[in-house]
Amino acid sequence: MQKEFKKGFSDGIPIGLGYFSVSFGFGILAMSSHISAFFAWLISATNLTSAGQVAGVEIIAASGTLVEMILTQLVINLRYSLMGFSLTQKLDSSFTTPKRLLLAFGITDEIYAVAISQKGKITASYMAGLIVIPFIGWTLGTIAGALTNQLLPEIIANNMGILLYGMFIAIFIPAAKKSKAVLVAVIISATVSVLLEYFFPFISSGFSVIISAVIAAVICAALFPVKEEEEEL
Amino acid sequence: MSIIIYIAVMAGVTYLIRMIPFTVFRKQIKSRFIKSVLYYLPYAVLAAMTVPAIFYSTGNIKSAVVGTLVAVVVAFFEKPLLIVALAAAASGLIADLII
Repeated sequence: MQKEFKKGFSDGIPIGLGYFSVSFGFGILAMSSHISAFFAWLISATNLTSAGQVAGVEIIAASGTLVEMILTQLVINLRYSLMGFSLTQKLDSSFTTPKRLLLAFGITDEIYAVAISQKGKITASYMAGLIVIPFIGWTLGTIAGALTNQLLPEIIANNMGILLYGMFIAIFIPAAKKSKAVLVAVIISATVSVLLEYFFPFISSGFSVIISAVIAAVICAALFPVKEEEEEL
Repeated sequence: MSIIIYIAVMAGVTYLIRMIPFTVFRKQIKSRFIKSVLYYLPYAVLAAMTVPAIFYSTGNIKSAVVGTLVAVVVAFFEKPLLIVALAAAASGLIADLII
């Protein structure tokens, strides 16, 4: 048990380091959206997700509606449902219901990627260990970003605003490079998003993301249905 | 509205999305169309979140464009998330200092 936890713990270290710097960007973004360091930390500690938090902060800053918040989180984070489902095929008998309830909180893109790439089944101890450092990195980075924002020269603080978007690019560009269908989805979604921004500025950014993404995903699902082996993200 | 309510709703929805299939779901989705939509959705979401917001993320559209182009090139060579993000910020900063 302890050996499994330690293995997970050390596998989580590189993820945690990456999270620290990315959540640093989130902390800065939150501060520039007039959210205090404490609330920025609270968002990171209770959500543990990048894209959803950025969209959430945008909605809070714009005093959006709760329906908008629910739908935005649902669309942006829906991939975790797929990952959670995919992981259920990989869990050994140590995953009792209480452990599943607890460890489900730690499903992120990177934790999922590491867990799913293990040989054979994974234990609850392994997954618990895997979550520790990324959680610490994510929450500490958020606080560090929020607090140092005021200390950094404006030109540097401004340019840190691009960090999280850079991370999104790092996820969808390699996928688009490997799959023409994903490339088409990315192009359609980005185009619709730009059109909405300039021609329908009254639509909030949260709904704009939902509309753009659903249009692109439905078109691509109709044009390029995925083969069985592609469905696991 | 209190920020606490926003955060509670945000965290609650995100947790349920993770927890429900992980704890409850036992059967596979049969519809190939739905599975396909779910496959493309994350990439489409990320693209829509990035464009056009990234161009306003630095407060200066020139440095944002430089940062974006550098990020796309570095990402094309499949560098880690951290490297891509830092390259975007660093190149934007350099552009700001030069231009």
